[in-house]
Amino acid sequence: MGQVVLEMEGISKRFGATRALNGVKLTVRSHEIQALMGENGAGKSTLMKVLSGVYQPDTGIIKVDGKQIIINKPADARAAGINLIYQELSVATNLTVAENVFLGSEPRTRWGTADIGEMNRRTEEVLHTLDAAFSATTPARKLSIAQQQQVEIARALIHKGRILIMDEPTAALSDRETDALFIIVRKLRDEGIAVIYISHRMAEVNALADCVTVLRDGAYVGELTREELNPSRIVQMMVGRPLGDFYQHKGGRTPGKLTLEVDNVGGGKVKPASFKVHAGEVLGLAGLVGAGRTELARLIFGADPKASGRVLLDGKEVDIKEPLDAIKLRIGYLPEDRKGQGLFLQLSALANTAMNTLQPNSRLGVINHPALRKLTAEAISRLSIKVSGPDGIVGGLSGGNQQKVLLARWLAINPKVLLLDEPTRGVDVGAKSEIYRIINELAAQGVAIVVISSELPEVIGICDRVVVMREGVITGECTGEDINQERIMTLATHDVRVAA
Amino acid sequence: MSTTGTGAASNADTAQATEQKTQGSFAARTFERLGMLPVLVVMYALFYGLTIYFSDDGTSNFLTSGNNMNILRQVAINLVLACGMTFVILTGGIDLSVGSMLAVAAVLGMKVSMPEATPWLALPTFVIAGLACGVINGTMVAYFNINAFVVTLGTMTALRGAAYLLANGTTVMNTNIPSFEWLGNGEFLAVPWLIWIAAAVSVVSWFILRKTILGLHIYAVGGNAQAARLTGIKVTTVLLFVYAINGLFSGIAGAMSSSRLYAANGNWGVGYELDAIAAVVLGGTSLNGGVGSIWGTVIGALIIGVMNNGLTILGLSSFWQYVAKGVVIVLAVLLDKWRQQHNAAM
Repeated sequence: MGQVVLEMEGISKRFGATRALNGVKLTVRSHEIQALMGENGAGKSTLMKVLSGVYQPDTGIIKVDGKQIIINKPADARAAGINLIYQELSVATNLTVAENVFLGSEPRTRWGTADIGEMNRRTEEVLHTLDAAFSATTPARKLSIAQQQQVEIARALIHKGRILIMDEPTAALSDRETDALFIIVRKLRDEGIAVIYISHRMAEVNALADCVTVLRDGAYVGELTREELNPSRIVQMMVGRPLGDFYQHKGGRTPGKLTLEVDNVGGGKVKPASFKVHAGEVLGLAGLVGAGRTELARLIFGADPKASGRVLLDGKEVDIKEPLDAIKLRIGYLPEDRKGQGLFLQLSALANTAMNTLQPNSRLGVINHPALRKLTAEAISRLSIKVSGPDGIVGGLSGGNQQKVLLARWLAINPKVLLLDEPTRGVDVGAKSEIYRIINELAAQGVAIVVISSELPEVIGICDRVVVMREGVITGECTGEDINQERIMTLATHDVRVAA
Repeated sequence: MSTTGTGAASNADTAQATEQKTQGSFAARTFERLGMLPVLVVMYALFYGLTIYFSDDGTSNFLTSGNNMNILRQVAINLVLACGMTFVILTGGIDLSVGSMLAVAAVLGMKVSMPEATPWLALPTFVIAGLACGVINGTMVAYFNINAFVVTLGTMTALRGAAYLLANGTTVMNTNIPSFEWLGNGEFLAVPWLIWIAAAVSVVSWFILRKTILGLHIYAVGGNAQAARLTGIKVTTVLLFVYAINGLFSGIAGAMSSSRLYAANGNWGVGYELDAIAAVVLGGTSLNGGVGSIWGTVIGALIIGVMNNGLTILGLSSFWQYVAKGVVIVLAVLLDKWRQQHNAAM
């Protein structure tokens, strides 16, 4: 096989109290496609940002061709022949293809102006090797996403890139475009380029990778060669961690009457989806990031317009056009992006928790502050939120306490249905178990709860039933013994195209 | 499992430490409450000293009750405009058209006040004309979702033109305005009505922002519009309201200046939007929205007023006054930024 071009050893990186990477190693050889796999938050992207100079590691060494190098900034990485193609493409649509390829490193004429002729000529050469269906002078705005990706690949090749990192390159591609991309990636490999391919789609890795490195919780789990490559083994490596009684397992909860019925609700990327939730039941909505779970929850809550379907509450069809309608029906939605979509960071705990209960605690539009202060103080002690008091500003609280402030806002409406989107994301272990305790209590009180989570152990640990989505479609439902990692991962990643 | 335990403990520690930092000491909290008040006090004392130093007889004609009243009267109109502007800026918007709205309201009101028209309707006309202009701004920002800067840049220009057209390019004069002469020239309890009106507008604004649901919704929309919508706040209604009330206050300001000068023309209020915005920003209200207070705006307007008055008494030319005003605005905001960062870092 090829020779080792890149070695990363003992890479560690901390962000505050979070250990994002812990002694990770990665070896990449020329003429090879090295897949990098792991759950969301396993540290794949952080590792690649270390390699491309966006982050500096706390410890660890990086060797290229056996020589240790220091990568302090993206330019250092590029000089070492390392090129990263992000999930979010960075093509300037107002420029031509050639201008994009040479952006920031344009060849000069002797007058000091950009040498457009030279740029176009060299770009054409590279595009030819990629079999691109567009030319160097095409305006980038006319390109599809797949073609923009080819522009980025061309950019890497122009810069004499020897190591090409692709972060979830097929996330936004159609099947045919994916096949075309695979042909290009294989061709690059055959020409001697070392490719690091980040993905969590099992089928793609199966079809493309020469070897696979698996990360979990920021740590190196193992490396599999082509011969050892086996989907169920990879899944085990990705998720295998002891569950313990951390989740305070439900233990014989009996669901009550049918509360929420979602009937063929679709819109945006979500194909018509149906499921039911009963009072006192915790339903998991599992799947990979981008599977359409958040979008489905937003459709139900009225945050986005529904293209089809209806929502029934207690057996009666309800008309939810905007979030206010849902809130009046006592349906709550805890968004996944706590700071961006949930909290008012500059406002007090009182303002944040009381936002949905201002009407009953006011007269002629004038807020009854003493009453709200009392309610907020109660919520603070009930959820043990660490804040100086009702007037404490929530922007300075820890992630877990902020999340509990948001939960308090929804508990204040005395909810019938709660849609919790990644309720424990970015929350420390202690707060996590408290949030699980709150979820359990709510279920015991008869609230119908939907938990969207990308953390499989969490879904398995707290949910009575799990509905799995993939690419906007509900692919299956697990109950009882079926709620296990292999089953959910298969439903979440099973790819008919490559399996066929 | 033991590692998990220590992890949770250390996390709890850091959380507690962060919270202590946020709350800060009593002194820091008081400092934050006071906002720009110290700047106002220092500036006032400075002018007092300077006027004594430069006077021939060793007495200041700055610190007299007459001059204090003068400062307040000069501040009144800008303060009314700045209160309206505070509502808009708290939602993260901006309104460049307040000067033009003032002119339209002033000209229309004065025309209605003419003997051949309906003089007793003059006062309502000022207010309703301003409100109508504000509703136009609000509709375009809230329902057509156009950038506030662009909308009000447009109405600033268009309404200015409309004011000239309504006044036929001349000044509408009327010295016989019994229905609202008191507003610009009368006194109540030895204090000019101009000052009472400005105070009333400030108190009403403070009440709306601090005591009502609508006020909290205004802060919420400015702080995080996406979260506001997901919390069931009618963001469009809130936006319409802030531009409408800003128009209404511009109309009141139009009435105040017309009454004071017994006249109105299309040129009234040019550049007033900048003084209003300056007062709001000086008062510590964030141009990004969500943070700020009427109390701050009152201080901001007073700082501008004291400076204008003091520099005039010192005999500085108006050109230098412009320079000084600009420098003080930037410096004061710099100080505020430093103060906030310092607070956050403690």
